[in-house]
Amino acid sequence: MPTVIVDGKEIEIGADERLNCIEAARRAGAEIPHYCWHPGLSVVASCRMCLVETGTRDAATGKISMMPKLVPACQTPAKDGTVIVTESQLVKDSRARVEEALLIDHPIDCPICDKAGECLLQDYHFQHGQSERRADLHAFTSRRRDVGPTVTLFVDRCIMCTRCVRFTREVSGTSELMVTSRGAKEEIDVFPGHPLDNKLSGNVVDLCPVGALGDKDFLYQQRVWFMKREANVCGGCSAGCSIHTEHNQDTIYRLKPRENPHVNTWWICDEGRYGWHHIHDAARLVGAGRRANLSTDRSTPLEAVEWADVVPRLRTDLKAAGRLAVAISPMLTVEEAWMLCAVARSIDPQAFLAVGHVPRTGDDETFPGGFTIRAEKCPNRLGVEGVVALFDPSVPSWSQLVEHVRSGHADAAWITGAYPAAWIDDDTAAAFADLKCLVVQDLFDSPLSALATWRLPAAGFAERAGTWVNVAHRAQTFEQAVRPPAGVWPEGRLYWNMLGRRGLYDPTAVRRQVAESSATFAALAGEIPATGVDLRIHQLA
Amino acid sequence: MQPFKPVLLEAVGVPDGQTIASYRSRGGYEPLEQVLKQKQPVDVVEMVKASGLRGRGGAGFSTGLKWTFLPKDHPGPIYLCINADESEPGTFNNRILMEDDPHQVIEGIILSAYATRASTAYIYLRYEYPQSWQRLQTAIDEAYAAGYLGKNIKGSSFSLDIYLHRGAAAYICGEETGLIESLEGKRAWPRIKPPFPAIEGLFRKPTVVNNIETMACVAQIARRGVDWFRSIGVPADPNNPRDPGSYGPKLYCLSGHVERPGCYETPLGITARQLIDEFGGGVWKGRKAKAVIPGGISMGLMTEAELDTPLDFAGPGKVGCLGLGTAAVVVIDETVSIVDFLHNSCRFFAHESCGQCTPCREGTSWSLRMLERIKAGKGRLRDLDLLAEIGNTMGMMPGSTICGLADGAAWPIKNAIKKFRGEFEDYIKQTNPQGWMVTDPVPALQIVGSH
Ligand SMILES: Cc1cc2nc3c(=O)[nH]c(=O)nc-3n(C[C@H](O)[C@H](O)[C@H](O)COP(=O)(O)O)c2cc1C
Ligand code: SF4
Ligand code: SF4
Ligand code: SF4
Ligand code: FES
Repeated sequence: MPTVIVDGKEIEIGADERLNCIEAARRAGAEIPHYCWHPGLSVVASCRMCLVETGTRDAATGKISMMPKLVPACQTPAKDGTVIVTESQLVKDSRARVEEALLIDHPIDCPICDKAGECLLQDYHFQHGQSERRADLHAFTSRRRDVGPTVTLFVDRCIMCTRCVRFTREVSGTSELMVTSRGAKEEIDVFPGHPLDNKLSGNVVDLCPVGALGDKDFLYQQRVWFMKREANVCGGCSAGCSIHTEHNQDTIYRLKPRENPHVNTWWICDEGRYGWHHIHDAARLVGAGRRANLSTDRSTPLEAVEWADVVPRLRTDLKAAGRLAVAISPMLTVEEAWMLCAVARSIDPQAFLAVGHVPRTGDDETFPGGFTIRAEKCPNRLGVEGVVALFDPSVPSWSQLVEHVRSGHADAAWITGAYPAAWIDDDTAAAFADLKCLVVQDLFDSPLSALATWRLPAAGFAERAGTWVNVAHRAQTFEQAVRPPAGVWPEGRLYWNMLGRRGLYDPTAVRRQVAESSATFAALAGEIPATGVDLRIHQLA
Repeated sequence: MQPFKPVLLEAVGVPDGQTIASYRSRGGYEPLEQVLKQKQPVDVVEMVKASGLRGRGGAGFSTGLKWTFLPKDHPGPIYLCINADESEPGTFNNRILMEDDPHQVIEGIILSAYATRASTAYIYLRYEYPQSWQRLQTAIDEAYAAGYLGKNIKGSSFSLDIYLHRGAAAYICGEETGLIESLEGKRAWPRIKPPFPAIEGLFRKPTVVNNIETMACVAQIARRGVDWFRSIGVPADPNNPRDPGSYGPKLYCLSGHVERPGCYETPLGITARQLIDEFGGGVWKGRKAKAVIPGGISMGLMTEAELDTPLDFAGPGKVGCLGLGTAAVVVIDETVSIVDFLHNSCRFFAHESCGQCTPCREGTSWSLRMLERIKAGKGRLRDLDLLAEIGNTMGMMPGSTICGLADGAAWPIKNAIKKFRGEFEDYIKQTNPQGWMVTDPVPALQIVGSH
């Protein structure tokens, strides 16, 4: 195995691994500061923050010969015998000078900058900068340039790392951003008439190491140090990008990509990134409601039912109605889906179980950098299909369920939704009009909920816990990030209680149970790593 | 020294010397026809290697050796780029070659393309040379018509097209990878190396970049032979195995405060003093020289006492200059303030820095600001230390930048401060009697645009 020597410490790297000195040093616990390098972008080695001393150790004699000059760690491959020195005086002085140079023109307006608290310029200055300003005192300037619908540029804060420019050239392939002028007059700009407007645009804000690029959706909404973050999965499409939900006191402020080499690498799309606002929409359904006498007359008002009463009364109503059909939404987790099927079969052992409506728009869209936005706008079709298959190997679809109800094979139906946007039209909903009991569990009112005899609220993506299986069969387990609004029980809690299980809803216990009872989900038995597990690999093994 | 009869400049002053007829009457294109008939490409590489020719574009890298870095048996295409961006202040020898004897350059290009197995050559010409542009294009057209360019040149299996590309006026387009980026239609941001152009250059194909004067030398080596070339100039130092010597004639561009500025051809190794006195008629108006730029402003400064330094590839380095550079010798007479000189130099590099690397982008601009402030009578002694620090830490040599522009910006700063510190100190103390000793940061001046 190739051995790299970092500050005197020997570490082994994989024989086929192609690491640069930043990555190799990180393995040895040494963090080399860097601005322009990003693992998802081409190497330009221009910021010069990562300069280190390097050398080679002769394999035969063990003699170390050092390069006379500093080299960029980002551009220098770590090979067998590579010696990296990250903390010599030469290196420290060089870092201090780069920090000093970057601050010559910088407005240093951290108190009013959104990036403060998570800014590399700030952090590196404290770690590597010098305490004294030697350059002339600069008059404060703050020019803001609108570069597109989602992003704004604070021109004077830019340190010219060109990450944003490379992103639009290499990953989104849209090339809107560019560098204008030369030398210290250089600025980031867009081409006239071609704003930064692409489906991945928000990523440039994450990439920006400083507060130059601001996300209009987040700008001035929250200081970053007030927020907590929870590892979540985006519910926007079947790609299932790994994200962090950043929130404070049950309010979400932004979503950020969470690095996952198996799924989204470092990126998420704008639809996902800004797709959390429905969570705080005032029109969301809250509280459980039941139409008096289960009347199918829509003018009969819904009566509020306490959650504690929902559990027994729902079961009684559905049992009394007769033949049951249930749609298990692909927005639900594997755990919720499995419990819902179990609840349904405990009410009606012959209950017709189907995968709920699978929303789609357009076609899958792959960008030059390889990132794909999926046409299937739900996170867990594969997971729900896997669960339904355990109960009915034919895995009925939503349209089969509609047909089943329309042709009079059901007396009652329980339709789960949790869709963030409108999903059902009047005609489809009309098929459910004559049922003796119609339970609709959703985020928002719809033509279907208008017909419901039981109307139950649903949880949003960040409000549930459990497991989703993405389009590539990767199962990712996540925790609840924020609590749902008062009056909302997440689906899992209701099903847990309807199954008569004690204590707080425990998704892990359910997950283990699902894993034990099925080959499809066998991989879910143990601890799930943050980047998820591939269900197929474990099935083969 | 015996008088040297110009070779590279032989067409200067010849009526219609730029035409193909004139060039052929002087023996031109004959060597090319012989080479195509009798020699393999590798023979031409060996010939140029044996001649000891070093690139005339500034870095002085052995031309034959550079060609051998190309991958063997490459399926092609291989590109030859001819650097005619000539933007180093004080330099104008490429221009004279292109305007007065373009066929000499073109024959050199054809020979070099043959040697490197390139079938496409680009001449990257700086925008400010309209006359060169016209003369070169006319000459290229003539060469096509005479069968020296195009398919199956003179019945051989060798084909070559030359394209003349006009830049948009930026110094950085002369840096070889900046040139390549610019040719590809991009912003001329020099590339990181490796890969070197010989492995992956223009359009990601193996590429050689050579200077115009280097091409003229190749033509003359083919015509007059390796021995002739090696009989001129300064032989390799036998005590220094790493010195490849400085062979051949060289075009020195003499300008500034001399009686007779101009482009003079002499063997490599003439001293600055000889050049100024024997060719330039001495420093003008009977004055003395205060300082001399040895090879373009990037190379730094020699003092009057250092003028006996031979201007070969090794000479200027021995007195703390960066190197021979483009051999553009600029004389600065005793009446000139060295503060003005450095201000002008800093302004040039701040304007021309491509802006990629933090140390160059900010270092060139910071040094200009300090010089602006010093000139405005608000200098501090501390500024000299800061300037010296910038000069010592900015560039490829300390490892802090991607290309050599930063070294070229650093050298005048560090030479000027080191060699003329007293003058700077006097200037600062006299113009800023109240504040020269301040060490705290002072308010920045409004910078006047350098355009
Ligand atoms: C900032 C900068 C500017 C340069 N400008 C020129 C130029 O105008 N012409 C030139 O021939 N070489 C220039 N060079 C040198 C080239 O990079 C390259 O070394 C040269 O063209 C190689 O040709 P040669 O081997 O024939 O000398 C420049 C280098 C730097 C760093
Ligand atoms: S805007 Fe941000 S990401 Fe873009 S070049 Fe400037 S500092 Fe880098
Ligand atoms: S691609 Fe899909 S999963 Fe990824 S962020 Fe966008 S919507 Fe979310
Ligand atoms: S050294 Fe200067 S000119 Fe050269 S690449 Fe870096 S910033 Fe550009
Ligand atoms: S991170 Fe290596 S030079 Fe910028």
